[in-house]
Amino acid sequence: MTPESLLITALVLPLVGGALTLCLSKFQNARDGATIFTALVLLFVIIQLIGTTLSGGTVEWQLFEMLPGLSIEFRIEPLGMMFAGIAALLWPINSLYSVGYMRGNNEDNQTRFYLFFAIAIFGVMGVAFAGNLLTLFIFYEVLTLSTFPLVTHKGNDTALAGGRIYLSILLTTSIGLLLPAIIWTWTVAGTTDFSAGGILYGKISGVPLTILTLLFIFGIGKAAVMPVHRWLPAAMVAPTPVSALLHAVAVVKAGVFSVVKIVVYIIGIDTLSAAPWSSLLWILPGLTIVVASVVAIKQDNLKKRLAYSTIGQLSYVVLGALLIAPLSIKGAALHIVAHAFGKITLFFAAGSIYTSCKKTDVSQLDGIGWRMPFTMTAFTIGAISMIGLPPAAGFISKWYLLMGAFQVEQLVAVMVIITSTLLNTAYFMPVVYAAWFRKESGETILTYGEAPWPVVVALMLTAIITILLFLFPGIPFTLISAIPL
Amino acid sequence: MDSIFTDILAGALGRYNYWVVIVLMMAGFYVVIASTNLVKKIVGLNIFQTSVFIMYISIGKISGGTAPIVWANAELYSNPLPHVLILTAIVVGVATTALGLSLIMRIKHAYGSVEEDEILALSQAEDEDE
Amino acid sequence: MMSSQLPALQVVLPLLGAPFCFLLWRYPRWSWALATLLSWSAFGVAIMLLIQVQNAGTIEYAFGGWQAPWGIEYVVDQLNVLVLLIVSGIAAVVFPYSWTSVQREIDPEQQSLFFTSMLLCLAGLLGITIAGDAFNLFVLLEISSLSTYTMISMGRDRRALTASFQYLIMGTIGATFIIIGVGILYMLTGTLNMQDLATRIPDLGTSRASQVAFGFLITGIGLKLAMFPLHLWLPNAYAYAPSAASAFIAATATKVAVYVMVRYVFSIFGVGFSFETMHIQWLFVPVSVFAILFTSIVALFQRDIKRMLAYSSVAQIGYMLLGIGLVNVTGLSAALLHLFNHALMKGALFLAMGAVCYRIGNTFIDSMHGLGKQMPWTMAAFVVGGLSIVGVPLTTGFVSKWVLIQGAIENGWWPVVAVILVASLIAMLYIWRVVEAAYMKPRPEGAESITEAPASLLIPLWLLAAANIYFGANAQFSMELAQSAAKTLFNSAVVGF
Repeated sequence: MTPESLLITALVLPLVGGALTLCLSKFQNARDGATIFTALVLLFVIIQLIGTTLSGGTVEWQLFEMLPGLSIEFRIEPLGMMFAGIAALLWPINSLYSVGYMRGNNEDNQTRFYLFFAIAIFGVMGVAFAGNLLTLFIFYEVLTLSTFPLVTHKGNDTALAGGRIYLSILLTTSIGLLLPAIIWTWTVAGTTDFSAGGILYGKISGVPLTILTLLFIFGIGKAAVMPVHRWLPAAMVAPTPVSALLHAVAVVKAGVFSVVKIVVYIIGIDTLSAAPWSSLLWILPGLTIVVASVVAIKQDNLKKRLAYSTIGQLSYVVLGALLIAPLSIKGAALHIVAHAFGKITLFFAAGSIYTSCKKTDVSQLDGIGWRMPFTMTAFTIGAISMIGLPPAAGFISKWYLLMGAFQVEQLVAVMVIITSTLLNTAYFMPVVYAAWFRKESGETILTYGEAPWPVVVALMLTAIITILLFLFPGIPFTLISAIPL
Repeated sequence: MDSIFTDILAGALGRYNYWVVIVLMMAGFYVVIASTNLVKKIVGLNIFQTSVFIMYISIGKISGGTAPIVWANAELYSNPLPHVLILTAIVVGVATTALGLSLIMRIKHAYGSVEEDEILALSQAEDEDE
Repeated sequence: MMSSQLPALQVVLPLLGAPFCFLLWRYPRWSWALATLLSWSAFGVAIMLLIQVQNAGTIEYAFGGWQAPWGIEYVVDQLNVLVLLIVSGIAAVVFPYSWTSVQREIDPEQQSLFFTSMLLCLAGLLGITIAGDAFNLFVLLEISSLSTYTMISMGRDRRALTASFQYLIMGTIGATFIIIGVGILYMLTGTLNMQDLATRIPDLGTSRASQVAFGFLITGIGLKLAMFPLHLWLPNAYAYAPSAASAFIAATATKVAVYVMVRYVFSIFGVGFSFETMHIQWLFVPVSVFAILFTSIVALFQRDIKRMLAYSSVAQIGYMLLGIGLVNVTGLSAALLHLFNHALMKGALFLAMGAVCYRIGNTFIDSMHGLGKQMPWTMAAFVVGGLSIVGVPLTTGFVSKWVLIQGAIENGWWPVVAVILVASLIAMLYIWRVVEAAYMKPRPEGAESITEAPASLLIPLWLLAAANIYFGANAQFSMELAQSAAKTLFNSAVVGF
């Protein structure tokens, strides 16, 4: 297959998978099998595309022109390839997990669930391969809208209320801030194509450039920089597989990925560093990191705690982009990978606990490690990665972020990263400690063991990948070095 | 002083046709707005439209001009075009009046009244019932 | 031979067809078939005219061989061919739809009258668009208005009668204002031909009489296009009219009025007079900003969805006036583009409401609970139209908003950009209300079970919904037409067309 047809396949395949699940909705096994099969085929296609990208090939495909000079087009570049790679690697694992979870909890409307899940992956592929801001925006919104039915899957009032917050914040920020920023860029630069070094050089400068950058940062609500982070905890009403893939990986990563992509390919780091107050921009994510970590410590609900941890971790990526140092941007890109695998492991573990014994709060987890050893081992690995300790992937990305902060001599930013590492320890270690070292309290003598096997297999896989990424970080590294900075 | 005064007077009265038009127009407009009776509204609308007819007709007249029929002795003809135009406008006006009146008949049938305030009260009651 | 007569056929076909349609009053089905056939032929003629204009430029057609400025002239150029296309295109979709819908809403003995009125209305609207003569424009305006009043009064609710009467009074005042303006212009210039007027008006300089004429014309047209705050007739008229009529009028009548506004402001009076002498943008911009914000908020609180859509129409007309008020090519392109796009989206939305009305007898939001499952195709089409109103990418509304915002940015009018975005968010809220009712609320207890609307309603509905997506994804065609029309209006407005 030519690279171009591979690209088209990668985009269309999730939709085909969605259509398949719809057709097979009467046959549960065939339907779930079809989802996993499609996911595996997608993974295969993406691996081939990564090969093309690594050998320096570029692929472009224009779908159609919406307005003269403004088209819907896709272009493969290293950063997007990396994002697509994460999503494609995690989709089959997550599908396996979903099968175990959805059946284990007897959820309703499973076909609808898999259908919209596939559409969401379609949105992710579109965001990853977008060749210009318009295409990015369109698929960004596809992702927002397609995940709404997933968030409100339970259909009760709490789910609807959470869903309303989710949708209103994401749509308000994207239509109210991101869209004008895009049109502004188009008016100023006459193009919205992503190109190396940015397209705004010499086109806009001074305070307007800073305002434009802020519009982008807050307009991409999915990056959850405070104060537009409220949707993330609200979306935790979703079933765990949704929280896992969409809120630890696809949706939030689409946000931070877009921020990095815009900083690198639209604004351009040289242009941005010349803007007034640009050296202070990092304070926004910096504050978010500290505040979110402090809030996370207070959360007793495990998923809520993970949600606030996600808000903090996302801001690492934004911080990396806004420190405007080549090393920190590499760190940001790496952190997208590291956090994806670490956080999905944690969410899988939370879902596994819920499936097996319906526990949702941290305070109920005493001694659970001995009942669910695989789950809690994976959780521990995830937590280590989040804190940024070896031998997990999080260590490498944090290392780069710190080096970037030193590179531009932002010592306060260094302090922020170190402080937040301590805070990360403070909200993850108690869970790990309770699970392994506390005695189970007397009242909850229930006999339960591990969750269904697909769940356990999935979470072990992601935990193993988290460690492998530390030991063999070759592919992400090569991709990241190919980003034109 | 004197001459300015006569100038103004001549300017005002010399175009008396416009005064007629303006007075009729305002009278008609007032009736449309102020009257609550639907039939009177239509009457007002007619007066309002008639003022425009008169405006058109009077501007077609040229001082010293004769009827626009080819005639050997004629030196100056009045402009026939506005008259022709207004014939069309009158037809439109008649159609509007007819439609308005037939609507009033149906309204009377449906509400039992042609007074706007009573109909409004009934409609509002209906709005609240829903 | 035929092709040179196309401009006349465009209007004459439906106009002459109307009496025949009426004569078939005993056989409503035949009169509907005739009307549908004529609407399709009008669409065909419009397409052929479009091809001719694109190949050969402006077409001038002298009626009966009497050359302008003495004879009556029809002119087809870049600007009005777009409007012709949209009016006849909407008609070609709504007329087939009307049969099934009318069966449920109008008595059999009145059905032929309804189709006759629709045909007359179509003839009038096409005539307004194509006329090259100010007085002819007035006459055709009245033909379309009178038939619109008739259609509205056929609504089932008795409030349709009062709505129609209210519209009749306000519409007639508007039309009379227009002929006053035309009369004064005639006194000043001695001509009624638009091209002639355009060449002679600059010679008048800034005479007070021409300013008065301008005022009368703007107010008169403003009444017809429901310019805020002259819009009071519109919500009731749209809400109580039969569904097919609502869809047809909402998608076309105000668009034609916007066209007339553009024609007068840009072609006849010219950019210099309208914007530099009269500063009409300082009327349009505040008025449209108010319209956009105020009526969007009012729309939020409507219980009848047809009424909500009517208020949204007033807001959308605000967008068009705003585009005109930006006084740059991009803004005007946005206005013209939105004229095209809004016809598609409002057409689809009102047709969807017609299908709902066909099944449940009204369009109240609380009786639409749970309809998403019962009428999936209808509600899906509503969602497509709704997304277009909000301005979600890949729908027509997105393209209009994109260009409009671009125009505002070019002027550096950031508050206006903010207004457009805030209004989009309000639109999102009022569309969301319906989506939530239809998809997330259960069907009320004891409500009779409902099935999907018949295919005769769904096919036209989905044609429009699909057009919303097509012209949203590939806006080249509409954008090029709008842009080239806007450029011509700006560049050559001073010296004629």
